[in-house]
Amino acid sequence: MEIIRIAATPKTPMIHFDHAKGHIELRGRSIPENSLEFYKGLLDWLERYGNSPQAVTDVQVQLEYFNTSSSKCILDVFKALEGIHKKGKTKMTIHWYYEEDDEDMLEAGGDYEAIVTVPFEKIVIVEE
Amino acid sequence: MDLDIFDFYDKMEQSNILLSFKGEITSELLTSILQIMESKLDNFEEKSKTKKKVYNVLVECLQNLYHHVDEVAAVDDKSKRAKTAIFMIGKDDENYYIMTGNYVLSQKIGPLTEKMEKINAMSMDELKALYIEILNNDQFSSKGGGGLGLVDIARRTGHKLGYNFKPVDDEYSFFSLDIKITHKFD
Repeated sequence: MEIIRIAATPKTPMIHFDHAKGHIELRGRSIPENSLEFYKGLLDWLERYGNSPQAVTDVQVQLEYFNTSSSKCILDVFKALEGIHKKGKTKMTIHWYYEEDDEDMLEAGGDYEAIVTVPFEKIVIVEE
Repeated sequence: MDLDIFDFYDKMEQSNILLSFKGEITSELLTSILQIMESKLDNFEEKSKTKKKVYNVLVECLQNLYHHVDEVAAVDDKSKRAKTAIFMIGKDDENYYIMTGNYVLSQKIGPLTEKMEKINAMSMDELKALYIEILNNDQFSSKGGGGLGLVDIARRTGHKLGYNFKPVDDEYSFFSLDIKITHKFD
């Protein structure tokens, strides 16, 4: 399976999806006007990953900003992961990062945690 | 042109306007505006928390405008006014203000008012529940809509949505949205 590597832009996050490593990472900003265009390819990749997942799937989500258009797509990503997790072939954790004083981002992680059944781990980023 | 530019300047200065724009709302414009506002927020040395809140709410307000203008333009493609909108961003000692204005079909006033009144009557816990409900509803499209943007704004700011409709003609009204974000907490 191919690796997806997309560099960050002012409105879309850095993406690193690697099947061989069971690594799924989104990092940066997700604020495009129409987010479906951006997320479509990622959802297709996850569908294929679900056919032969690694024993451990490490999901890293470190977003600085995301808009409500992206929030639905991010949920679609999590629901795709949930579908894979439910099959029981991979040990999966969603690591949700937030900056120390960013209560909104912490709460957003809680919102997703309330909807999907994949284990969540919320990790605080402490500024040095 | 029969227009006093100083009058405009003076009014904007009195109202602490940081930035204003009137015209067509494009994706490229929003990218530039967001960049400008981000560096202004850096220059004000706002706390990271405040900066993020203002930036997030600004994204929602401006993208609401972007999608709305698009919607009206689809109905009335020939009308120049339908494609343009206005927004202003201001700041005083306690708050940031984001004001937007755009044409809407007057038939939308009822449903829009209902949506905003419903949001304004809600507690923070109710807003959270509504946000999750809309987010988890398959009918909500990723293009926006469903009112998730307005719920998000109300949740983040903790203030009521200020709004007004001004009738323009038989078909259109001018919709203005007035959002406040408190930056002084102590």
